[in-house]
Amino acid sequence: MALERWFRRKRPTRGDDEVSPAGLWLKCAGCMAQIYRKDLIANLYVCPECAHHERMPVDARVAMLADEGTFELWSGRVTPTDALEFVDTEPYVERLVAVQQKTERPDAIITGAAELDGVPVALAVMDFSFLGGSMGSVVGEEIARAAERAAAESRSLISIAASGGARMQEGALSLMQMAKTTVALEALSERRLPFISVLTDPTTGGVTASFATLGDLVVAEPGALICFAGPRVIQQTIKQDLPEGFQRSEFLLGKGMLDDVIPRGVLKARLAVLVRLLRAGLDGTADDGAAAPLRLTTESITTIADELDESAATSAADDADEAAAAEDREREEAPNRATPV
Amino acid sequence: MPLPFEKPIDELEARIRDMRGYADDQHVDLSGEIAALERRLASLTRETFAKLSRWQRVQVARAAGRPTALDYLGKVVEGFTELHGDRALGDDPALVGGVARLGDMGVVVLAQQKGRDTKENILRNFGMAHPSGYRKALRLFDLADKFRLPVLSLIDTPGAYPGIAAEEQGQAWVIAACIQRMSRLRVPAVSVIIGEGGSGGALALGVANRVLILEHAIYSVISPESCAAIRWRDAAEAPSAAEALKLTADDLLEQGVVDDVVAEPLGGAHKDPAGAIDLVRAAVEREFAALRDVPSEVLMRERRARFRRMGRFLEAA
Ligand SMILES: [Zn+2]
Repeated sequence: MALERWFRRKRPTRGDDEVSPAGLWLKCAGCMAQIYRKDLIANLYVCPECAHHERMPVDARVAMLADEGTFELWSGRVTPTDALEFVDTEPYVERLVAVQQKTERPDAIITGAAELDGVPVALAVMDFSFLGGSMGSVVGEEIARAAERAAAESRSLISIAASGGARMQEGALSLMQMAKTTVALEALSERRLPFISVLTDPTTGGVTASFATLGDLVVAEPGALICFAGPRVIQQTIKQDLPEGFQRSEFLLGKGMLDDVIPRGVLKARLAVLVRLLRAGLDGTADDGAAAPLRLTTESITTIADELDESAATSAADDADEAAAAEDREREEAPNRATPV
Repeated sequence: MPLPFEKPIDELEARIRDMRGYADDQHVDLSGEIAALERRLASLTRETFAKLSRWQRVQVARAAGRPTALDYLGKVVEGFTELHGDRALGDDPALVGGVARLGDMGVVVLAQQKGRDTKENILRNFGMAHPSGYRKALRLFDLADKFRLPVLSLIDTPGAYPGIAAEEQGQAWVIAACIQRMSRLRVPAVSVIIGEGGSGGALALGVANRVLILEHAIYSVISPESCAAIRWRDAAEAPSAAEALKLTADDLLEQGVVDDVVAEPLGGAHKDPAGAIDLVRAAVEREFAALRDVPSEVLMRERRARFRRMGRFLEAA
């Protein structure tokens, strides 16, 4: 039974062998340069030439964030069902089975416990390669359970969004996941545990319009498409050209919608710092159900500073090449991905 | 303009009108004939509406002449006083809000407003709110909590507006904020989907203790046309998409998305707006009567639990 596979607690690896079996060389979707696949992977799927952020496999994402050996998988006990018996050009069940076999996951998310530079967190990482990361009942339930369990275990929640929005094959039930994930976040709020939402390419529709923008902090990776309605829908509605960089991370940062845009190379260190700082504010004596504070020690701050220094070089390169990377790449139609050459 | 499947009904109605006119003009007694035609009309309407396809329901939900939110607010509550503006960006006519009296209670009401004609539709942006509209809702949720006023929302929108300014002003952010804010209300909240419940833009006003839907209204994650364009790559497949999306009142009741269905007058609310408004008023009064004495902690807890339960999945033993 395929179900057993999902329960297998596979420790995520750097993902070397888990990418598609295409060629050794890839063409960057940002700068069109030919990149050696191993270089791209070693650089966290960020183009070494132009700092274009490729979409990142879920296992690699977990490996990048979690301290080695600390990730404990929570998700996988709930599996999708075709409540509407939805059929378009192909039955939903058949699409589900095919993508479950391809990804070896029951649905478009994994959640689990981890430490981030020693900070206890819960991770919820969406898988765009699973039906476009769409949020149906299972994704909603996993996020809700992750938030509740994180609260129970005094962990902060970090979600990595990558989603085309609500899963329309589950109809109004998928719409309801927007409310479900939202109300589940209350468990964290009540214990004053931070929820940091990281928006990656792409985050759209019902995911953007629910939990993913309800973080205490909402940050994004560079160049990510982040929107409610997709660029094509808007273009069809208004029949005008869209502004330069419209709906990209940097554009939204300028509009005041994001706390920051954080390059992938420093994401882990920044998240760890932010969680530490947010959790250092409470004295732990309040009897309002708040979780105990995380003490800021000299050691933890030094570690933080070191890591930020180390990654500063990557960060500067990212910023310098941002304009080039932000060129229109027709990401919605032809996904924003390196292609084999 | 009658809906395509309404043509025989409209023709019969016209015949009855003509016959009445003739009887009046000529001072002849045709009451027997008229009564027979009226019986035929009733049974034809009943038969037609008993076997509506989901796509036909979508058409009824959007039918011209169907009462809009303000039509309901004129009768369902007393003395509706519209309150304008979001205190930041402007006033969005697509999402109206205000205070009113319902029986002996004061209430805050919020609704998406479609136009009743082309001119009003342009003013109201076809009931598609901008972030400003949702920000207005946020401030009125605050008002409701502060003064302990129950919240009534009437949902009727194709969806939140997809435009440049809407995206720049954080359409997704304000919808999420509305969902969260409404879930946190300390007062009773009742939502009624009166026409189109279009996606997140509808849900932003739909996180209530009790969610009702009119018999021929719809509630969907995406419009059948958009769903068809994406999943069939052909917008003409909208009828197939409507079938697949299971978006009718009965479907939603079965899915647990709505709590109750409010019957419409025979032939749909657009045939008898006054009758539909009376039925909605009775339903809303009934719902608030059941909620008004529930303590706020319980209201909040039960509302959260209502939405926490949503969804269908399998669980490994
Ligand atoms: Zn590149």
